[in-house]
Amino acid sequence: MSIVVEQVTRRFTPGGSPAVSDVSFQAPAGAITSLLGPSGAGKSTLLRLIAGLESPDSGRVRIDGVDCTRQPVQQRGVGVVFQSYALFRHMTVRQNIAFGLDVRRLPREQTRARVEEMLRLVQLEALGDRYPGQLSGGQRQRVAFARALAIAPRVLLLDEPFGALDTRVREELREWLHALHSRTGLTTLLVTHDQQEALEISQHVVVMSEGKVAQAGSPEDIYNHPASPFVASFIGGASVLRGRVQSGRAELGSLALAVPAAAREGEAVHAFVRPHDIKLARPGESAPGPRPVTGRVARLKVVGGFVKVLLELPSGDEVTVQVPRSEFAALGLTEGDAVRADVLSASVFVGDYAI
Amino acid sequence: MFAPSTLVARRQARALGGSAVVRWTLIAVALLFLGVFLFVPLVAVFSFAFQKGHEAYLAAITHPEARSAILLTLTAAAVAVPLNLVFGLAAAWLLARFRFRGRALLLTLIDLPFSVSPVIAGLVFVLLFGRQGWLGPWLAERDLHVIFAVPGIVLATVFITLPFVAREVLPVMQAQGGDEEEAALTLGAGGWRTFLRVTLPKVKWGVLYGVILCNARAMGEFGAVSVVSGHVRGVTTTLPLHAEILYNEYDFTGVFAVASLLTLLALVTLVLKKYVEWRSEVA
Repeated sequence: MSIVVEQVTRRFTPGGSPAVSDVSFQAPAGAITSLLGPSGAGKSTLLRLIAGLESPDSGRVRIDGVDCTRQPVQQRGVGVVFQSYALFRHMTVRQNIAFGLDVRRLPREQTRARVEEMLRLVQLEALGDRYPGQLSGGQRQRVAFARALAIAPRVLLLDEPFGALDTRVREELREWLHALHSRTGLTTLLVTHDQQEALEISQHVVVMSEGKVAQAGSPEDIYNHPASPFVASFIGGASVLRGRVQSGRAELGSLALAVPAAAREGEAVHAFVRPHDIKLARPGESAPGPRPVTGRVARLKVVGGFVKVLLELPSGDEVTVQVPRSEFAALGLTEGDAVRADVLSASVFVGDYAI
Repeated sequence: MFAPSTLVARRQARALGGSAVVRWTLIAVALLFLGVFLFVPLVAVFSFAFQKGHEAYLAAITHPEARSAILLTLTAAAVAVPLNLVFGLAAAWLLARFRFRGRALLLTLIDLPFSVSPVIAGLVFVLLFGRQGWLGPWLAERDLHVIFAVPGIVLATVFITLPFVAREVLPVMQAQGGDEEEAALTLGAGGWRTFLRVTLPKVKWGVLYGVILCNARAMGEFGAVSVVSGHVRGVTTTLPLHAEILYNEYDFTGVFAVASLLTLLALVTLVLKKYVEWRSEVA
């Protein structure tokens, strides 16, 4: 059951800038597709348009090839999980899960069996008679999943489902969702602002910015070949370097990089360098790569299993480099040391960079 | 739990309020004030009512005019409360869930009965439905009586008690948001089912609270009802109006007997209100 969105626009204030502007994309059948972007990018609005909780000013939504743009939300057969869980607080877990089945007037025995099946699926068999207020955040969100899945939806729509949870629970549930998906094979659309989440569990990523699709593709594609400065800066925590095109290369202060084919001589360029795309070596040791540059360690920050090195280049630009703990120990760096750096890869774009 | 928290409270009180003398003086002043203005009148009502024995009391409240006043008061409340319950729920839902042109105007209109003097409210109905009023001739032709009759009293009561349910339910609905309703819709529920099974249970304590206040005011209203009543004894007198008539006739046992009924209503209302507040905190 694929989801296809065609040229959808939604404006909340007449004449104002649209929350979603002429957006087209596809969520392939049986895959997890992520809508990734900063807050205010229009991704939740887009999900609500697909669910039928909003209607578009123009454009079409197709689920499984059938145009459902004008179909009321009740008839779309979508399972929605909200960030706030939106559980019915005056009903027990069982009653919550049974709600959609009661609406469908299923025989009581069948409803009961389905509810138990769902409880097993989300591993909450023992908590069926609790009220939502008596559950932890992670448990509540699993109840929300069970309730959405109980009605056997055609597609599953998740609006920042793990956004309100702490990091450890979020990672656990991410794993759990991944396993759940491989079991059910349900077409899933996941709205998230967490790039880690998107890159880790989805097969298809749609990056959104200011109501438009910035780039769509596989996680590898998005990560390795960002199509625009926005995508390059949004994903991977890259440092930015500015410069000009000189004799066919991008001269970025201390660095010279290959430029895109369209670049003309003298034009402004900027490059994004990811923290782990720079290799460090002690000065004097043979440089590992083709584009070495000498910099100074401005600051060191130990973050769990790796060390963040803020490297000051001779041009005055600063780049963040990420070094595994073991490698860092071998380098033996302290703040103020000179160090050789080699840029393994970078994304170069023509034009000025403005944040 | 008890001991440490009182200790903390005591320490805080010492830090904030200074010496024990100041503290006890303030408490005494507050108690004296409450006693003079609340407790003594409350006791007085009942003691005057029973001054001439309980036979006199029973006679006063079972007098035909008193019985008809009780019945009229109950009738007015029985019409006003359900009407304003339905209106209040609909208005609160509309105001909490939708942004539309005229929303601010509707909010203001709901508050109108609170901001207008009840006497003026009564006069408005006289000007509308009275013999010299806009609809007077039309009503007279059809031999329909609104002013100086029961319908006028019911109308005035409905008007005066209109804001209570809406005003109590609106903040509850706003605080709880619409996520659960949206979830119900995605699960296939229609509007009615969503309202009955999701929205109503969420706001039920707010609704009950509004109904209690609405009922208390409906039974206790004097000003607006007095204007439209015409004081036809045994026909258009509610309990508060009946009390006034007795008072003007120096029938003090009668006044305080009727007043004791209204006071009992107030006490029951307060107990119910407290109970609902307690339940809504638990829920």
